[in-house]
This record gives sequence, C-alpha cells and structure tokens, in this order.
Amino acid sequence: MNLLLPGMYLATNSALHRLDPRVKMIAALVLMVAAFVAHRLASHILLTTFVMVIAMLSAAPPAALLRTLRTIFWLGFLMFFFRLFTTPGQPFITMGSLVMTWEGLLAGATQIYRLCLIVILSALLTFTTSPAQLAYGLEVLFKPLIKIGLPVREFTLVLTIALRFAPVMLEEIDKIGKAQRARGVDMDSRNPLRQVSSWSPLFVPIFVAAFRRAEELATAMEARGFRGAQHRTRLYRLCIARQDGLAMLVTCAVSLTIVGLELV
Amino acid sequence: MLIRVEHLGHTYIPGTPLARSALRGVNLEIGPGERVGLVGRTGSGKSTLVQHIAGLLTPTEGQVLLDGVPAHERTAAGRAVRRRLGLAFQNPEEQIFEQTVLREVAFGPRNLGLSQSEIVARARWAMEMVGLDASMASRSPFMLSGGEMRRVALASILAMRPETLILDEPTAGLDPRGRRELIARVCAWQVETGATLILISHDLEGLARVVERVVVLDCGQVAADGLARQVLSDDARLSAAGLDVPQPVMLLRALRNSGWGVRTDLLLPEEAIEEIVHARRGAIPVRTDKETA
Repeated sequence: MNLLLPGMYLATNSALHRLDPRVKMIAALVLMVAAFVAHRLASHILLTTFVMVIAMLSAAPPAALLRTLRTIFWLGFLMFFFRLFTTPGQPFITMGSLVMTWEGLLAGATQIYRLCLIVILSALLTFTTSPAQLAYGLEVLFKPLIKIGLPVREFTLVLTIALRFAPVMLEEIDKIGKAQRARGVDMDSRNPLRQVSSWSPLFVPIFVAAFRRAEELATAMEARGFRGAQHRTRLYRLCIARQDGLAMLVTCAVSLTIVGLELV
Repeated sequence: MLIRVEHLGHTYIPGTPLARSALRGVNLEIGPGERVGLVGRTGSGKSTLVQHIAGLLTPTEGQVLLDGVPAHERTAAGRAVRRRLGLAFQNPEEQIFEQTVLREVAFGPRNLGLSQSEIVARARWAMEMVGLDASMASRSPFMLSGGEMRRVALASILAMRPETLILDEPTAGLDPRGRRELIARVCAWQVETGATLILISHDLEGLARVVERVVVLDCGQVAADGLARQVLSDDARLSAAGLDVPQPVMLLRALRNSGWGVRTDLLLPEEAIEEIVHARRGAIPVRTDKETA
C-alpha cells in the first residue's frame, strides 16, 4: 500500500495513545459539537488552539494529518458553493439569477473550517486508537442499550471485523487493480464510459475474495468454539486513570468556555 | 525488449512513521530473449522490483527503462511500451472475473483494441498454449479447479502476446505434477516466441530448469547476478541472502566433503544422479569395510 488513509492507526506511543478510548471518543464528540456552536472569532481561536495542542500531543506527523483533509475536498467544495450562492446578504458578484454574497463567502468559509476540524478530530482519534480499542470503547459506551434489546456486542464484533479487514481489502483492491492494469485496463482514463467498464474486472474478483474470506473466517471462528458475543471476557480491561480525568476536564473546560463566549 | 533498471529505489508510504524502504540502488540489465530467475527471501523486494519493471509503481529514486522509455510514464509512449509486457501476480487466479473461460482469456486482447476474429484466435491459441481443452471455453472459470484457474489466468496474459513475460511465483500452491507441467508449458511458449522471461520463484530446482541467469535480491539490493549454475551453487552467497542451495547441490557437496571427486554445480536431480553414478564407476573408494564393522 502506498498511501496513508484517514482511518489508519499509527502504532506509536504518545500521550494521546495512552488515554482511555472512551475518553477520546467522548472528547472528540464534544469538540465536534463545539465546532458547530462556535461563531465568534474568539471561540474559533480557542478551539483551533486546543485542537492544535491535541495534534501535538498525538505525535502524528502534521503532513499526514493535513493529507486526511484531501478526502473531503469535493464535499467541502460543494458545501462552500452552496453557501456562497444561497446565503442572503450584500451582493458580491451577480451572474444572472445567481448571487454571491459577502455573508455567503463568510458562511462558506466557516463551513469548510468546521468540516476540516471534524475530519482532523476523527483522524486524531483513529491515528491514536487501535481498531480493537475503538470497538471495545464503543461496546462499553453503548452497553446500556442492551437493556432495550439492541445487539450491541454483536454490532461491535461486526465493527471489529470490518475494521480488521479494511486494510486487507484495500491491499487486495490495490493488487487486483494492478493486475488488471497489467492486462491493459485503462483505469486512469478520463473518459467516464471507459472508467465504468473498468469496474467489473476490479470488483468481481474483490467480491469473490471477500465472500471466500468471510466463509473462511466463519469456519475459523466456529472451529475455535465461538458462540456469539455473550459471556466474552477481556484480557485488557478499560480503566479510567488520572490522565483520563484530566483530559476530560480540560476538554469540558474548553467547550464550556466556548459556550460561554457565545452566550455573552 | 531491453530492460534497464537504473539506481532504482522504492520507499512505501514515504514521509510517515510507516515508511519502509523496499528497494535501494538496484541496477540491472535484461536483454531480449533472456530467461532470468529472480530469487530472494520473503520481503527482499522481488515483487516490488517486477512491479516497477511493469510500470505499475512510480520509483521514488532512479528509473526503469523499457527500450529507452520510462516504464511508469503516463504518456502514449509509456502505455505503448507497457502493452508489450505481461505480468502475472502471485495467485493470478484471483483476478478472474468473466463469465466464461474464453471471455476471460480474451479480456487482454480486447483491451488491445484488436478485431473480434483476432481476439478469439489469440484466446484459443493461448488456451492451447497452457493446455486448456477447447471444450472448456464456454465454462465458468469459477467452476474450475485451482490449477485450471491458474492456467486460465496465465492464458489471459499470454493472449496479449507479450514480448516480456514476468511471472511472480507461478507454481506456488500447485501439486508437483501441476508445477512441472506449468513450467514445461511456459518453457515451450518461450521457445516458440523468443520472449524475455522473468521468473520469481522460491522453488530453486524448478527455476534451474527454466532460466539461464539468476539474480539474487536481499534487503532490496542485488546480492548476486550471474549464470544460474554459478549463482545457485554458491552456498556462501545464497545463505548470506537467507536461501538454501538446491538439494542436489547439497548432496554433491556432502559427497565431495567425504572424499568423492564430484562436481558440485549441478542443480537438477538427474544431473546429480548421473554424476554420482559416473563417479562410482570410476576409481572412487567405496567403504564397504565400515558397513560390516
């Protein structure tokens, strides 16, 4: 594989890696909400500074972090233009019935900024939390929902398996893509018709492999006596340490300050 | 096709904590019609090197020239030169996707933009080349056995009539007879077409039957390059690269160390047997006294 994806775990050992996955998930969620609450310049500055501090604590290479933003390029682009044309206010450029406004420009820019923050926050979460920890954290957080009959444990098992096999599938896509390119498929073609016709040589083998792998995995799980997700025990249990409390406290303080700034 | 690999270096995921250097300063020249074996332990960079030769990767350092054209170039010249080269990955049967064997084999020629009759003619020729019966043409490739699927995949590459064929572990996972047969078919194809053949294999004995030249890779660098007979019987160099000499060489070495006057650079079992029989007929002392004692 020749790329670093937004969801890829970086197996280093930073301060952020050592935090409890539940704390990281809740903190990420709180900060994402804060990104939407923030409207004033002071709140934006506070939030950005805090996210930058977290990024530094994660020891993730800044270039890798910024590269994750490429994934939302088109979404951001569309949202920006949508805002630009639909926000009422002082006209900036008028093209027939299309009116760009100064307010729209500002709203669009804010929208992109929020989107970037969300992507960076989720990238920081996945960079510093292994898939297994992520799934376990989710399971513990959603445990109360078992009472109302939701199959939380089974769901986290599905999630764990999906996360576990995502890189395997990506490697497979890479390999099959190369193999078909070596047979003359023009995957780089700008012609959309040719692009569509190059899908079946790519996806049929990948689906075949995925089904085969699913069957093998099912057999392997059964052979090891796996009987559903009930009564599972864990080698490593989650526990909240002092640094987790501190992290949660600072996150809440920052978020409350932002809320306070907005209310003033 | 003249293949020139010049100071080739490749780093996977550069600029991140996951960066890994797979090739470093590789220089290699492979002339038209050569049969070259590429060996090395797992992770030595063999697959990365052949992907560079096939123009599927962009070098992070140096370049690969196919008849003077950079192999990875995204230009008409680059595309044209890549079309003259065929590559079968490890387990090529995983790339199968069509509904019938014939359509699968014809997929490559179809991408070359040939006429319909030419496409079918080539597909039939390629099926014959790998020993697939014509009656199989309309069957689903997914219903075939593993060995047959491997042959379908190979035929789909041969049908493109490559001037250079690269095979990455073509015999892995096949039974001994399937292995021998596949190697024999590839040899026959090479003799018929005079194409360049680059073969990656861990099966040094099978390799010795096909190639005349062997390149040893170790940690992304060329550790040895020369005649198969010399390279594959060079115990010191091979074990430094994490490989064992073929078993006939091992046997001949052991015999020589216990006083037999035998050559030690014979790679094939039948050659070794002949040498041993020949040596016994000569004035070699046979120690029957020790057996009775």
